[in-house]
Amino acid sequence: MSALGGAVPAAAAKVRVTYREAMRAAIREALERDPRVFLMGEDVGRYGGCFAVSKGLLDEFGPERIRDTPLSESAFVGAGIGAALGGMRPIVEIMTVNFSLLALDQIVNNAATILHMSGGQFNIPLVIRMTTGAGRQLAAQHSHSLEGWYAHIPGIRVLAPATLEDARGMLWTALENPDPVLIFEHGTLYAMEGELAADAGAVEIDHAAIRRSGTDVSLITYGGTLPKTLKAAEELALEGIEAEVIDLRTLRPLDADPIVQSVSRTHRAVIVDEGWKSGSLSAEITARIVESAFYELDAPVERVCSAEVPMPYAKHLEEAALPQVPRIVAAAIRVMGEHG
Amino acid sequence: MPSLGADMDYGTLVEWMVKPGDRVRRGDIIALVETDKGLIEIEVFDDGVIESLLAEPGTELAVGAVMATIGQEGQAAAAETPAKAEPPAPREPIPREKAPPPPSPPPPAPARAPRIPPGVAPPGGGARPRVSPLARRRAAELNVDLATVIAGEGNVIRVADVENTAAARGVPKPAAAREAALPAVPPPAAPPAPGERAAQKTVEERTAAMRRAIATAMTRAKREIPHYYLETHIDLGGALAWLAEENRKRPVTERLLHSVLLVKAVALAARAAPEMNGFWIDGEFRPSEHVHVGMAISLRKGGLVAPALHDADRKPLGELMKEILDVTNRARTGVLRSSEIADATITVTNLGDQGVESVFGVIHPPQVALVGFGKMVERPWASGGMLGVRPVISATLSADHRASDGHCGGRFLAAIDGLLQEPEKL
Repeated sequence: MSALGGAVPAAAAKVRVTYREAMRAAIREALERDPRVFLMGEDVGRYGGCFAVSKGLLDEFGPERIRDTPLSESAFVGAGIGAALGGMRPIVEIMTVNFSLLALDQIVNNAATILHMSGGQFNIPLVIRMTTGAGRQLAAQHSHSLEGWYAHIPGIRVLAPATLEDARGMLWTALENPDPVLIFEHGTLYAMEGELAADAGAVEIDHAAIRRSGTDVSLITYGGTLPKTLKAAEELALEGIEAEVIDLRTLRPLDADPIVQSVSRTHRAVIVDEGWKSGSLSAEITARIVESAFYELDAPVERVCSAEVPMPYAKHLEEAALPQVPRIVAAAIRVMGEHG
Repeated sequence: MPSLGADMDYGTLVEWMVKPGDRVRRGDIIALVETDKGLIEIEVFDDGVIESLLAEPGTELAVGAVMATIGQEGQAAAAETPAKAEPPAPREPIPREKAPPPPSPPPPAPARAPRIPPGVAPPGGGARPRVSPLARRRAAELNVDLATVIAGEGNVIRVADVENTAAARGVPKPAAAREAALPAVPPPAAPPAPGERAAQKTVEERTAAMRRAIATAMTRAKREIPHYYLETHIDLGGALAWLAEENRKRPVTERLLHSVLLVKAVALAARAAPEMNGFWIDGEFRPSEHVHVGMAISLRKGGLVAPALHDADRKPLGELMKEILDVTNRARTGVLRSSEIADATITVTNLGDQGVESVFGVIHPPQVALVGFGKMVERPWASGGMLGVRPVISATLSADHRASDGHCGGRFLAAIDGLLQEPEKL
């Protein structure tokens, strides 16, 4: 059986998969490679996962390793921490980041601190996956992008896979990490389909990546807004503006060097972040740019973020509240000034 | 835009001193122009009536560009129609169809709009332009004064604005543009010169610009002119005695300084030695009918100019003295005229005040000779078989060997000496 569940002709160098399938393949690989790995969370087993990521895995690996949990985020995240302390390599799935607030105490007060509090005696090799973001008319209690909050916390690593390669490859590397890693999967990305190398595997989780090279403006983004930003870059190219698109990939620890280097080349930056502006990741990136590349800036840093409202349910209002391609294009043109 | 020196490619119109309909006569001052040599009053070449002013103050124009049209008196009306030249129209903004307007609707987005039309103040009601950090850094690197940079969209100076200014200043413009701007007869609708920009230069900027102008001229001189140098010592005893006597007859305000004798002697000697008086242009020497002595004047803030004393050989000493004082004063505090800047046919430099005994100067191209005077010193001097103490001055000649030879130069210096021995004839 191939790593991608038999959907792949063995001879082909590339396979056509969705982000969801790439993520499932990553979980499957982890389960196969390391007997200490198990998946637990709400509806991950019999239901196949709220976003169908773990569909079929219960039949494949059995209830010992694909474990449905009660509706208590605090309890099952705490159980995951305990299991990690006990030598296991748990993958805990929280349905959405909005519900992770119920486990905030476990994540922030325990997972992130125990290594420190124990004087370095106890690592927590725990991976928590959760869905984030809006765009699917799930309203204000299921649509927010709170990953920036977690990126505030020392002691945890925060990942945001935005490509098929990262969906496929980040999980294993996260499990190898001796400390807690949070993986944020944007809800609109699961259906994203594309070509992936048949032998795709683990990827590094330390560095940001340049997804498109350009000379005129740096568009800095991550997760669910990466496809929108790449589309905006294509439209800008029609205008004669060559945008460089940076995918942060790792939100904590933030890999600021590529950002600073890119802005030093383009002298202009637009940050695209589905989170709100105030007290946010986009604010942090802005600060890093100003701290490290102030004298490279030829225009103020622009941010394209979500409207500072609870995410609306109505489709047109939700669309209006979220970063969209035209807003990214307009912001890039603004920072270009007259010299585009 | 007249050429105010061989090294001048561009000048910035600062102010018009005339308006359409004004009657002007050759020599009238019609405009104030800023060059690397400072502010210069531009004199008109012909008599006539100003028909139209084609350049806006603040515009930088290539040498040869048409600034205004002048009609013959009585023909002004007839000439008016064809002579009208339209001021340059700004390029059409490139419409950005793809780009939706930013949230708060700006004016119909000239996203990559053209430069500010020449002569038009930057938008923002004259408010201090905002300067991007990169533009500020680049300006420091390129030694560009931000006050000379035209702000772009939104009254913001970006790095490209700084680089444009630096390019307009330092990089030679394409030859084609320069030739196009140098028609013998101005075409009816001459295009405006490229690289137009408003410029209000600061003192520092002017000083730096003058330094560059001097550097250019002197580098050219030492590269192109095969200098030869001669020196002689001149007994000024007789001249000073005559001067003391002469000054006794004059009111205090009209007294003469010995420098006027030196200038006059050089002028008269130059008239008699045409190889020393004129220009080397296009591989040949062109002697000048007139003797316009350029007098090197050092400026207090650094740099120097050598404005011409017109027809110095024909002017009585009193008049020449007044002119020397006037031009020195204006060079240091005010404004020189275009003819004074461009016309000198030979230069005199006098470093005696600085205490040096002799000066071997660098010829100012396209001139072919420069006479230097040092400090007057008392020296033991043998004359007529007798030894005495006389006031002696060093006179040097730096001359262009393409235009003259040492023999000729020697005669020229000797002639200056001879003239100074008969001051009453000066």
